[in-house]
Amino acid sequence: MVVNWWSSERRIPVSNCYWIVAIVFLLAAPSAFAARIGDLSETTVLEQAARFFTFQDPAVRMALIGCILLGICCGLLGTFIVVRQFALVGDTLAHAVLPGIALGYLWSLEKAPLPLFIGAVAAGIIGAVVVSLIRQTTKTKRDSALGIVLGGFYGVGILLISIIQERYPRDVAGLKSFLFGSAAALNESDVWMIGIITVVSVVILVLFYGQFKVVSFDGVYARSIGISAQFFHYLLMLLLAWAVVAALQAVGVVLVSAMLIIPAATAYLLTDRLHWMLLLSTCFGILVAAVGAFLSFLGPNLPTGPFIVLTASAVFLLVFAFAPRHGLVSRWWRRLKQTRQITRENSLKAIYHLQEAGGFAEEWITIEKLSEQRHRSAEETQQEVTSLVKHGLVLRDGNRLQFSPTGKSRAAEIVRNHRLWELYLTDRANIAPDHVHDDAEKIEHILGEETIRRMEESLNLPAVDPHGSQIPQVKKEVTS
Amino acid sequence: MIPEFDWGVFLSEPWNSYQIETTMKIVGMGFLVSAACGWIGVFLIVRRMALIGDAISHSVLPGIVLAAMLFHTLSGPWIIIGAGLAGFLTTVFIEWIQKHSRIKSDAAIGIVFTSLFALGIVMVSQMKGSVHLDADCVLFGNLAEVATRNGDFILPPNMIQAAIVLGLTILLSLMFYKELLVSSFDPILARSIGIRAGLVHYGKMAWLSVIVVTAFEAVGSVIVIAMLIIPGATALLLSDKLRVALVLSLVHALLSSVIGYHLALWLNSNIPAAMVVAGLLLFGLAWVFSPSQGIIPVWMARRDFSERIALSRSGRK
Repeated sequence: MVVNWWSSERRIPVSNCYWIVAIVFLLAAPSAFAARIGDLSETTVLEQAARFFTFQDPAVRMALIGCILLGICCGLLGTFIVVRQFALVGDTLAHAVLPGIALGYLWSLEKAPLPLFIGAVAAGIIGAVVVSLIRQTTKTKRDSALGIVLGGFYGVGILLISIIQERYPRDVAGLKSFLFGSAAALNESDVWMIGIITVVSVVILVLFYGQFKVVSFDGVYARSIGISAQFFHYLLMLLLAWAVVAALQAVGVVLVSAMLIIPAATAYLLTDRLHWMLLLSTCFGILVAAVGAFLSFLGPNLPTGPFIVLTASAVFLLVFAFAPRHGLVSRWWRRLKQTRQITRENSLKAIYHLQEAGGFAEEWITIEKLSEQRHRSAEETQQEVTSLVKHGLVLRDGNRLQFSPTGKSRAAEIVRNHRLWELYLTDRANIAPDHVHDDAEKIEHILGEETIRRMEESLNLPAVDPHGSQIPQVKKEVTS
Repeated sequence: MIPEFDWGVFLSEPWNSYQIETTMKIVGMGFLVSAACGWIGVFLIVRRMALIGDAISHSVLPGIVLAAMLFHTLSGPWIIIGAGLAGFLTTVFIEWIQKHSRIKSDAAIGIVFTSLFALGIVMVSQMKGSVHLDADCVLFGNLAEVATRNGDFILPPNMIQAAIVLGLTILLSLMFYKELLVSSFDPILARSIGIRAGLVHYGKMAWLSVIVVTAFEAVGSVIVIAMLIIPGATALLLSDKLRVALVLSLVHALLSSVIGYHLALWLNSNIPAAMVVAGLLLFGLAWVFSPSQGIIPVWMARRDFSERIALSRSGRK
């Protein structure tokens, strides 16, 4: 068991190599002009898009590298956030770093990465500790404790920012970019900081992947093999605070949690395996961060954070609708197919009943009789018959029908399932014979060969159902 | 950085005859907003829905901006309808995602409110026109301006609206006290005596949106979260009785507004944030000194208890 989770982790670092190549490419691309991204007075949307895609502007390159890195960082961490149901912890931490940012800014009175980083991480960790303390020492529940820290710390942060703003009015513009994010304001030292954070986070996650996995899914088992759940909880909180700081400049305090939750939730819709989820979530993170940054370049004064979040929610909606297994459309399609199959099987059953009523003397049944038996209109019956013929279940001769060989055996199976189930319920579950029909009507389409065999054994190959009808014997080779 | 502490400036000056009207208006507006938030917050906390409050306070933004774009005002019935609709949609979306996928409630909440909030911010950034609504307003609120605005009556229009909302909040919760209480604590009993828990839930969410939108212009849409949770959490540290906690949340709202205003004057800072910080301080005091759950009383009780055990042991010897 212990070996298993070590062996599965080796796949991650290999798949993450591509982004390093992309970043090296971006850094090495030739630079043509070095205007600030903010200088938009003379450009149109198209020129701006061209400027983005040629990667010749160093500011665009910085912004894009920053977004790719934060996509990686948030995508990886977000996976653990979503599977551990910590989504709102991420939100709380994201708001709680604000006082740290304000103090870090005050330290140097500019956007120096290191003081901001230290301040934000310290505030985030203090926030996480305060949440735990409130929960341990009082009867306050988890959600209220999170709410207190989220709102309270944010209030302290805004108080500090407004004091700084009053004192140094012209400097504070840089600080405000932390609230809604501005990828255009990313400079080289910011990107270095985000890069270091991302690399260290990835290394820690890869080194302790097994431990994180066990702690996330089975805390009791983790403790039994000597992994400290508390240590890894706080390590996760630390990494989370880092991810928040990495995403802060591009996405902003208020919306950082979206960057953690939405790509990971999107990946969660597509896969059941943790390592695939990590990979997909990272890809979605990079995609939405880059596309969001691009969109916010297209016009003047467009905040980056909201565009990244809206891109992420658009991707989420697409996957939510079209995911192969869990998507709305595929589920709807499966249900439609099942409904149609049930309709066909009910028609087969009706034909069988008609033949049975005539003592199986006459194999040909008229369509009028079928529509009478099924309580359907003539058109509906015509449609059902067409569908049956298309699936090769009945043979049609003008106005008359007869089973094809496959149709006959399927009809017998359905009727057998129905009657066997009725008998099973009356015999074994002591349900009155007049109460079992509706239940059998639903189960008859689903019962598999194996279940039927076991039911027949347990009922000693019965011949008659509780209502006195013959249970048809289906001669069919059990494929094994 | 921090101005020198001057008792005159800090305490008495706001209450002299020149400034008392402004002081009363700002403190009053702060109280009305945080009292309404705190009151409904108590019901949210006991239902463990504190973070739904967080979600709704963010996600009403697109509703507010849309109404402001169409009707050029930030108060009045349209904005309340817009926000109520946005709040209702939030609840519906969250439940829809939960129902049709394997995503759990916390992630569903996170996805819905951040997306709607982002939509609202993009709309704000594109807004031009007569209404003063920008990103600063969303983040900080402008309590002082809203509270001293001139209207048709003696009091500013937002303040009248806030007073009506607070009054209705208290009145409605007293009228439906039994329904709220039973559906909060015992959903099965609620169903058996014919209370429709779903209806109570949606009603509460819609009313929460109304409160949030009333508070919006004064305090912005993030600080509201603190005002929703902190008064109720403080009150529930001090009492286990819902009625007592409701009254205590009003006391907390009043104290934090008054102290917060003085704090803001001293530090020369944003007023709603200072009120939140004052509220946080009060929460800290309750956390340390609350008779039933406070750190010091609990610690003392535990010490007394262990002393008694030690005494009884030595007595037995």
